[in-house]
Amino acid sequence: MRKKIIRGKPHIYGDNIDTDIIIPGKYTKTLDLNTLAEHVLEDLDPHFRNRVEKGDILVAGDNFGCGSSREQAPLALKTAGVSAVVAKSFARIFFRNAINVGLPVLEVPHSHIEAGDELAIDLVEGTLTNVAQGKIFYAAGMPGVMVDILREGGLVHYLKKHGDYRLG
Amino acid sequence: MGQTIIEKIISRHAGRDVHKDEIVIAHVDGVMATDTTAPLAIKAFREMGGERIWSSDKCFLVIDHAAPAPNEGIANLHKMMREFALEQGCTLFESGEGICHQLIMEKGIVRPGHLFVGADSHTCTYGALGAFGTGVGSTELGGILLTGKIWLRVPNTVKIELKGTVPSGVQAKDIILYVLGRIGIAGATYQAIEFCGEAIAGLSLAGRMVMANMAVEMGAKAGFVHHEGLRLPYRFRPIAPDRDAFYHQTVTMDLSRMTPMVSLPHSPQNAVPVDEVEGEKIHCGFIGTCTNGRLEDLNAAAIVLKDRKVHRNVRLLIAPASRQIFLAALRDGTVEILTKAGGIFLPCSCGPCVGTHNGVLGDDEIAISTANRNFKGRMGNPRAKVFLASPTTVAASAIEGKIVNPLSYA
Repeated sequence: MRKKIIRGKPHIYGDNIDTDIIIPGKYTKTLDLNTLAEHVLEDLDPHFRNRVEKGDILVAGDNFGCGSSREQAPLALKTAGVSAVVAKSFARIFFRNAINVGLPVLEVPHSHIEAGDELAIDLVEGTLTNVAQGKIFYAAGMPGVMVDILREGGLVHYLKKHGDYRLG
Repeated sequence: MGQTIIEKIISRHAGRDVHKDEIVIAHVDGVMATDTTAPLAIKAFREMGGERIWSSDKCFLVIDHAAPAPNEGIANLHKMMREFALEQGCTLFESGEGICHQLIMEKGIVRPGHLFVGADSHTCTYGALGAFGTGVGSTELGGILLTGKIWLRVPNTVKIELKGTVPSGVQAKDIILYVLGRIGIAGATYQAIEFCGEAIAGLSLAGRMVMANMAVEMGAKAGFVHHEGLRLPYRFRPIAPDRDAFYHQTVTMDLSRMTPMVSLPHSPQNAVPVDEVEGEKIHCGFIGTCTNGRLEDLNAAAIVLKDRKVHRNVRLLIAPASRQIFLAALRDGTVEILTKAGGIFLPCSCGPCVGTHNGVLGDDEIAISTANRNFKGRMGNPRAKVFLASPTTVAASAIEGKIVNPLSYA
């Protein structure tokens, strides 16, 4: 991994955070990633954009990123400064998109994370540590090809380097 | 061990027999991207070092999500797509030709047994004719433009068996909303769905597309409708699962006592019988989208609206899913009936479904739509509410200015 340990403070949300709420469709038609970041999560939490600091971690419940295939959703979060998304489960397309744009995602059965806690994610070991509470959570494993794509910083870098997909 | 439909299709494209949970690299038969996703895909393709796409015959770009362009920013994205299509020699469907999934199906581009990847979540619609269609994001699509391949985890399959004879007046949209309410918005995450049973064997291709289209609303990677009763305008070899195929789960539902359904704001899984919300005032009705913008949908609305008027407090927006459908609706008198009733015809495109233009809602306004999603803010305003329903329920509600059971108009 480019960065083995990610440390940050959590922003905690619930289940079924859909891609329309992450970045509404009316803002998606642009190549300017800063425009996406300006509106990220605005219909769920109008204060998120001002509160989020570089390196912060988004913590969610089940089915994070359900809905449309818009890659603008992980791009908006990443550009806003989010360093990783931790959820109990993810919608399939969002999970792939996040890895492809180099936004680390961790599917992990976490509990009792509170605002103000400090979190540490070890992408190699696949663990989430709540430093403040001294608790450790273990993530579901990812396919090797996904680990490789994330290690390269996303699919663009992976394919630029390898020119093709490689298994094992 | 036998194979499910998706295991068979992926096997053919991976060059070996595969089963659930295997990780494979598969060749694709075609790719599609829209004006929401193509610009970022083109950018990713270039950044990967791409110069020529792997096959100009298998790449389709569609300007449909904000078509024609509502502002200069989007106009420039459309221009970028046109220039890329010209440079690469691939097909571009222009503003007004129709919605991506309708065009890929109606032009015979996707065929039974194909593996087709689209940068749009509703690419699962192609399961209506037995193709593995699946949605991806832009960078993933850029990777396919470069290599012609995609890596996949072979998904588990959940079989949804729909029994009984569906009561008269209940449409495919009602069925899928009912199923979605039972399965839930994450009930088939990472899985393929196979829909089967007597309740859907009589569905038209359009009805099958409604079922497959909304598989992703349950989190599914693909949604197949079993081929019994499938009719296509060309000769084809149907794809069927083996008798000893392994299903992760089989869910059986009896539809013989179903009534028309609606999904309440702000999630498609909030499905209830329409009677439960009868009387809810509406300001906008929308008939269209990749779910319900086909000729039989417009015809169904016209049966309800013939010689009647849309309520004065309601805008009824209608966007045929393709120019071919619009022309057919012109020829058979449907367009005249709907226009006389007060309906507003929009370009053959996604229309207001994605909240960019063509009928954005005001604060506290309520719409009833034939679309597939009603997440908060979906139609452009987070302070508005969207109900999902069939074309007949939308048409009947537009007449009354409130949500009504359409069976009284049958």
